[in-house]
Amino acid sequence: MNIMDFFRKKNSSDVAKDRLKLVLVSDRANCSPEVMEMIKNDIIKVISKYLEVDAEGLDIQITQTDIDGAKGVPALYANIPIKKLKQTSE
Amino acid sequence: MSEVIVVTSGKGGVGKTTTSANVGTGLAKLDKKVVLIDTDIGLRNLDVVMGLENRIVYNLVDVVEGNCRIKQALIKDKRYSNLYLLPSAQTRDKTSVTPEQMKKLTDELKEEFDYIILDCPAGIEQGFKNAIAGADRALIVTTPEVSAIRDADRIIGLLEANNMDKIDLIVNRLRMDMVKRGDMMSIDDVVDILAINLIGAVPDDEAIVISTNQGEPLVGSDTLAGKAYMNICHRVIGEEVPLMDLKAENGFFAKIASLFKKN
Repeated sequence: MNIMDFFRKKNSSDVAKDRLKLVLVSDRANCSPEVMEMIKNDIIKVISKYLEVDAEGLDIQITQTDIDGAKGVPALYANIPIKKLKQTSE
Repeated sequence: MSEVIVVTSGKGGVGKTTTSANVGTGLAKLDKKVVLIDTDIGLRNLDVVMGLENRIVYNLVDVVEGNCRIKQALIKDKRYSNLYLLPSAQTRDKTSVTPEQMKKLTDELKEEFDYIILDCPAGIEQGFKNAIAGADRALIVTTPEVSAIRDADRIIGLLEANNMDKIDLIVNRLRMDMVKRGDMMSIDDVVDILAINLIGAVPDDEAIVISTNQGEPLVGSDTLAGKAYMNICHRVIGEEVPLMDLKAENGFFAKIASLFKKN
């Protein structure tokens, strides 16, 4: 290995692989950006009942994960920043 | 037992026709009775790759429309008497044939031949549907590029939806030097992404261009691609052959150069 490799950016083949994996998951799920937006809005609506969330910072995507040894299982990944935990007024 | 094999890819220009010609010729070399069918109506090319373009009288559409008998349209190969080509029509379009007609044709050919190889057109429209209609198994050809792999994935999905249960992958045009320096996806990367059985890998070889120029498939010759295609043929008939080392560099100077290369 060349010492310059340490300073180099990611291999282009790794970039290709990562891009492909993402694009294939959405191809396979047949999920359009509009549908994703609808899912996102509905998630915000539900979560907002209980928590105050940062709708702007919310990020959802369909990606792959490994579950029980099964590789590349499609998964809906949501990153939802919470602003404030609502107190249940009873 | 005879088998109908469709060679497909989704994307154009990845080597379907070259693969069809070489797998067909290789199976004939292994003493199988083989017929190659060019299903790319309007853009026929398997005839020139096989070097049989001057012998065409009747074509696929003539057979389907009943203008001639199947036997009249089959062209016997120059080198192998057990290898035939059914050429496509150049002046018609994909809608000249229906999937039902293709199924009927391949069923009839099954009685006569061990292997029926269908060279599928690019795309997922009528031509693709015609080609897969009568097929028992599929060979997916892809190159280690994002566009080709994405299309291959789509094709695999469509084949699975059509209950094709035997789907094998050929990774074509590999450049091991680029894989080694991390600028091309490896065989393992492609197999990992597409998650289907690998039946062979073919290196990017200048010999392919030369063989296409001459209209003589190079399968079985002493070239990297020739050996790789022959291995694929052995695997198609069910033999187990280990994956060859594509890294083997050709020529005297390459070997000298590799001595001086770091790592």
